[in-house]
Amino acid sequence: MTLAEQFNRSAASSDGDGPITKVSIVISKASLEEIYPGLIMANGARAEGMEANVFFTFFGLDAIHRKRQDHIKVSTVGNPGLHIPTWAGGLPGVSALMTKYMEHQIEALDIPSIPDFIEMISDTGAGVYACLASVDLFKLERDDFVEQVDDIITIGDFYEMAAGGQIIFT
Amino acid sequence: MNIARLAGVDVQLNDEGFFVDPEQWTTEMVPQLAEEWGVPGPITDQHWEVLHFMRKEYFEKGTGPTVRKLGKSADVSVGVKELYQLFPDGPAKLAARCAGIPKPKGCI
Repeated sequence: MTLAEQFNRSAASSDGDGPITKVSIVISKASLEEIYPGLIMANGARAEGMEANVFFTFFGLDAIHRKRQDHIKVSTVGNPGLHIPTWAGGLPGVSALMTKYMEHQIEALDIPSIPDFIEMISDTGAGVYACLASVDLFKLERDDFVEQVDDIITIGDFYEMAAGGQIIFT
Repeated sequence: MNIARLAGVDVQLNDEGFFVDPEQWTTEMVPQLAEEWGVPGPITDQHWEVLHFMRKEYFEKGTGPTVRKLGKSADVSVGVKELYQLFPDGPAKLAARCAGIPKPKGCI
């Protein structure tokens, strides 16, 4: 028995369900704080040796949209985590300012920008998919998306792809 | 504690199969480690670049690099995509096992 077999076996027996081997992550929103977690989880899953697919739906499509992915903003209205009054979050320029601040912090930690992150998770072998219903809803086409997008798929395709793994809705 | 016999030496591994004492590692153990952990193909210069960088980072910083750091390092000539070809199923984790260091810490 190889070391890989030996240790995979002990990991499987330590937990009734065994280790997670596949994750399918859904990103449905377009704010910076709602895109990064899904990307980090997908990258982390691949780094752990799991299979990973990321499914972008609804406003989450902005993360893979050629012209929009570089302009993702922090949501400053109705975001209590920012600890600023909601009325202040709605003032002109506040979202841009907070985004700049967050981007600076993210860069300082050597976390890639969203376009670079999408490229990186694609390089790790994670699947990058757009939701067909949302693509139709927003009247988008394949050419509107970055080259890393593997396909535009239906929800049925998604479930088929996700079979046997965990689905994570971020 | 788990004991594995590598290149004629009894080595201590933790519950996840990482070396407990990186000083026990020798280059002679690498071909066997690579085979045991399922690294495909023969060990190339690129594999060695990665393994040496893993150890260098570990001894300098107390933890091995993440895949992103490996991909960006000037000491490693390959990017993220190739790292997943050299060490499938998690390059940093697999390379750490072959380089005889603990599991690298880091989220990205």
